[in-house]
Amino acid sequence: MSEELFTNLAIFVLSLLVGFEVMSKIPATLQTPMMSGANAIHGVVVVGAFVIAAEANSWVFYILAFFGAVFAAINVAGGYTVTDRMLGMFDRKPKAKSEGDDSK
Amino acid sequence: MSTLQTIASLIYLISAVCYVLGVHMMRSPKTARKGNGLSAIGMFMAVIMIIIEVVADGKITATGWIVLIAGLAVGIAYGVVKARKVPMTDVPQLVSLFNAVGGGAAAVIGIFDYLMKGDGVALSLAFSIPVFLDVIIGGITFSGSLIATGKLSGKVPGKPITFPGAKILNIIVVLGMLVAAWFMIATPTNIWFVILGLAMALIFGLLMTLPIGGADMPVVVSLLNAFTGLAVAFAGFVINNQVLIIAGALVGAAGTILTLQMAEAMNRSVANILAGGFGTGDSDSGSAGPDVPVDVKETSADDIGLQLAYAQNVMIVPGYGLAAAQAQHEVAELATVLTEKGINVNYAIHPVAGRMPGHMNVLLADVNVPYDQMKQLDDANPMFESTDVSLVIGANDVTNPLARESGNEISGMPILDVDKSKSVVVIKRSMSTGYAGIQNPLFSLDNTQMFFSDAKVGLQDIVAATKQYLDD
Repeated sequence: MSEELFTNLAIFVLSLLVGFEVMSKIPATLQTPMMSGANAIHGVVVVGAFVIAAEANSWVFYILAFFGAVFAAINVAGGYTVTDRMLGMFDRKPKAKSEGDDSK
Repeated sequence: MSTLQTIASLIYLISAVCYVLGVHMMRSPKTARKGNGLSAIGMFMAVIMIIIEVVADGKITATGWIVLIAGLAVGIAYGVVKARKVPMTDVPQLVSLFNAVGGGAAAVIGIFDYLMKGDGVALSLAFSIPVFLDVIIGGITFSGSLIATGKLSGKVPGKPITFPGAKILNIIVVLGMLVAAWFMIATPTNIWFVILGLAMALIFGLLMTLPIGGADMPVVVSLLNAFTGLAVAFAGFVINNQVLIIAGALVGAAGTILTLQMAEAMNRSVANILAGGFGTGDSDSGSAGPDVPVDVKETSADDIGLQLAYAQNVMIVPGYGLAAAQAQHEVAELATVLTEKGINVNYAIHPVAGRMPGHMNVLLADVNVPYDQMKQLDDANPMFESTDVSLVIGANDVTNPLARESGNEISGMPILDVDKSKSVVVIKRSMSTGYAGIQNPLFSLDNTQMFFSDAKVGLQDIVAATKQYLDD
């Protein structure tokens, strides 16, 4: 096993453990936004889209790089936008702040 | 390591920290939005860093830039417009769509790097195993999530789709995947091997998702979300980029826990859900068992208006039917009318009300329902004793007192104790059973009245009637 592979494997396993740990019981209210937020995080695959586009050198690879870029960009841009929209709704609590602040 | 590589590694490490802290902050409503923002900042840093790396490396061709920028522009435009415009009721299928393309991107990266090796090249296991896993898992989530999107949006029938020979086909596909694994991992490269692997993965994704009922889709979407995380992590192994490994593994693990919690809230096991064939979530079959007490009392919008107008404490219990009829505006209007006259209105929200856990809260927040009026199960249940009128709108199984008894489908599921309130009004389209397919004795209780109507139309009538009595 190369040193590089071992390092990557160690990072992978430890990140899994962090993921299990950081995700203890969360309120049902936040489960859908959380899923959407996690969905946005795997949009990091967009970094990979850059890496392959930088290596592409023939039409097959350009086509693959194009689809990689489109897919990853949808995931990352859409993911963060929709998560923020959902969570933004919990922010504006009109509460009983008398009249005149329901401008939105 | 060159200076640039060192800086890049550090930046990727910082962005990974942002994701972990972001997920951590998203566990609480107060910090959730900031958490997502922090995770977005981490993402932004990673993207800036990869741009610098690609430029500094200088190997990218002009066509490469064009393809990359065009692809990103199309993707960003589509993603942002969709995310901004989507009605809140349709968010689950959009998340599933975003998940599909994420898995697709991971698969594309694996295919690219496999083909980049050239034809007939012997691969090291350190490369071939992650490439195989990346393509297979990415392919499964791509087709599986697209089917889930279709089922949630109604473009694919929500009912479990099964056909004769499905079991045999499943076995063939699994065998096909093993064959692909052997060829991709243990033999020199060949374009047909990766095509075989991708094809098997895509078919497997379809076969896995089609037999699952529409109401179970949220759990499936969450599971596929975790899968995509793993596919992205394996893509990270393939291109040797650690930020992909960290973020992918984080989502894989966190998504798995989230999936288990969602399944638990629905009183189902993940294995049970994946076996498929259970419920549609929008059953209208009404195939009631013979042991059904159907002597229910019907009531009218006018009578409900009168009850509400003279109540002190009103509890609204929203369910799937409310979301399906998109009646959240009408509910909010009714609540506003009542609170203006000093009547206490709260919402009792079951963890799985709506189309996804927590979805109901989002729908209500969208129509400006104050956060503190939304009571979660544990807070809501003690309040029913002092509730004059419970208004159950399109909810069924989550109010079913049978859950307190043993020996039926929903035994042990936590329910809202609606039956403890002085009066219960159930707005429902028909006497059909809920998702679990069993009758609800709540409907025939002495203090229960039924109002058969579409949630939206019915609520409009009730609002009108209530206003009339309140103004008297």
